[in-house]
Amino acid sequence: MSILIYAESAEGKFKKTAFELASYAKKIAGETGDTVTAVAVNAADASQLGKYGVDKVLNVKNDKLTSFNAKAYADVVKQAVQKEGAKIVILSSNTDSLYMAPLVAAGLEAGYASNVVALPESTSPFRVKRNAFSNKAFNITEITTDVKVLALAKNSFGLVEASGAATEEAFAPTLNDNDFSIKVESSEKVSGKVTIADAEIVVSGGRGLKGPENWGMLEELASVLGAATACSKPVSDLGWRPHSEHVGQTGKPVASNLYIAVGISGAIQHIAGINSSKVKVVINTDPDAPFFKVADYGVVGDAFDIVPKLTEKIKEFKAQNS
Amino acid sequence: MKILVCISHVPDTTSKINFTNGDSEFDTNGVQFVINPNDEFGLTRAVWFKEQQGANVTVVNVGGPDAEATLRKALAIGADEAIRVNANPTDGFFVAKQLAEVVKSGNYDLVIAGKESLDYNGGMVPGMLAASLGYDFINSCINLEVNGGDVKAAREIDGGKETLSTKLPLVIGGQKGLVEEKDLKIPNMRGIMTARQKALTVLEPVAANNTTQAVKFEKPAPKSAVKLVSPDNLDELVNLLHNEAKVI
Repeated sequence: MSILIYAESAEGKFKKTAFELASYAKKIAGETGDTVTAVAVNAADASQLGKYGVDKVLNVKNDKLTSFNAKAYADVVKQAVQKEGAKIVILSSNTDSLYMAPLVAAGLEAGYASNVVALPESTSPFRVKRNAFSNKAFNITEITTDVKVLALAKNSFGLVEASGAATEEAFAPTLNDNDFSIKVESSEKVSGKVTIADAEIVVSGGRGLKGPENWGMLEELASVLGAATACSKPVSDLGWRPHSEHVGQTGKPVASNLYIAVGISGAIQHIAGINSSKVKVVINTDPDAPFFKVADYGVVGDAFDIVPKLTEKIKEFKAQNS
Repeated sequence: MKILVCISHVPDTTSKINFTNGDSEFDTNGVQFVINPNDEFGLTRAVWFKEQQGANVTVVNVGGPDAEATLRKALAIGADEAIRVNANPTDGFFVAKQLAEVVKSGNYDLVIAGKESLDYNGGMVPGMLAASLGYDFINSCINLEVNGGDVKAAREIDGGKETLSTKLPLVIGGQKGLVEEKDLKIPNMRGIMTARQKALTVLEPVAANNTTQAVKFEKPAPKSAVKLVSPDNLDELVNLLHNEAKVI
């Protein structure tokens, strides 16, 4: 039997989450005595997955699948599951994977648990821990169907290198016209900037920055750290920053390694959205701001003074340590 | 156009989350329930279609009698009628099956749900519903235009957006962007009064399997206190982030 992961790639390159899924699946496989198979679409170098414990890669090469299409991709994964007789199917929490996961699950009549944050508590019965109530609580879910579909929350397991190599196998699933009934007309992507979804570090600003004209210093801090920029809900509602940067319960979730909140008081909805970040730093003039209750490190003071200084300090640090 | 808007009845975003009955159930004590925010953006867009292009808007919830107040609020915002499927919404697959039955019997062209509810955050009902109906599905939808049977939509992707085209029938997993926050409607007195007269039909559930079961809930471990660093000693912050937290 095998555990199947969907290894997401963009322009032929695997996303980091693909390696995280491989690491996670390998760990489960070690306990259940299974092997790990990955299905990839138009990946350039499928063998990379072997480094993280994948035994076999089904690499689908198909020009029709150049741009993501949830129905067609779900069909690919379903057929890979059936071919391999996989009982556990694991996807990431990237936007595209979350789009297709319920289609995969419904097609396989499989129970599906999203936002999974840890290894299964037990595999028989099959129980996983997942984020619920917008990160304010965990929920232990039992999947009762024969085939189980999981979406692993980003950054919840990490990368674990394994010895061994992956064999590559060509795989040509059957696709039909109906898979392509939704057409992609165009796509707009910010280029040259780290996206919130991919970022290891996120620098986020709130109303305390007083106006959109003051974002330059945040962008500079972000650039020095290789971070994405984000903002609180009021800032996006005021139109200071685009909606795509709004993080929080009704905005984008953040699960970065480091989250730096500047001039954000820390409303419960904001905290819910960013709470999966590993380390949180707050910079705020108000020592009673609720963010200090959830942060790991805090600086009480004026952002306009602290942020440029911190940027300089990090520049110096990077210069010494690179 | 006949639009069905799926409404989850969820705790207000400011709610304190607690559990009861040996941590097996959400403690509703003192909790205010609202229309799931992702659903409210979709509902507002549906009412826009009704007002601008002519459409009939039905709202549906799978839940107990306590969800009726939330459905009445959706009627007050502008939906024409409401349906409640009288069942405990414990499993996404089960809920999707109930909704599929409602869609089939009502011949809806467009089904708008939120991409996820803010209680269980399953993010599975809209996709499973589309799959079970054989309808197209667009998730994380941030713009939706319908012209006759033609649909133009946009969805959020990591780092940007993608514009899509398709045809009705369609299921949407919606979110903020379908309409803006400022476009959300607060029901006025007239809306609330007329909502009382609108039909709210209660249906019994159809037989469907559960595929998952919530066994128990846990709250995150309490957090240790924040380490404060003086604004005059930012070297220390860099040092902590590097040597202690190991994130830079």
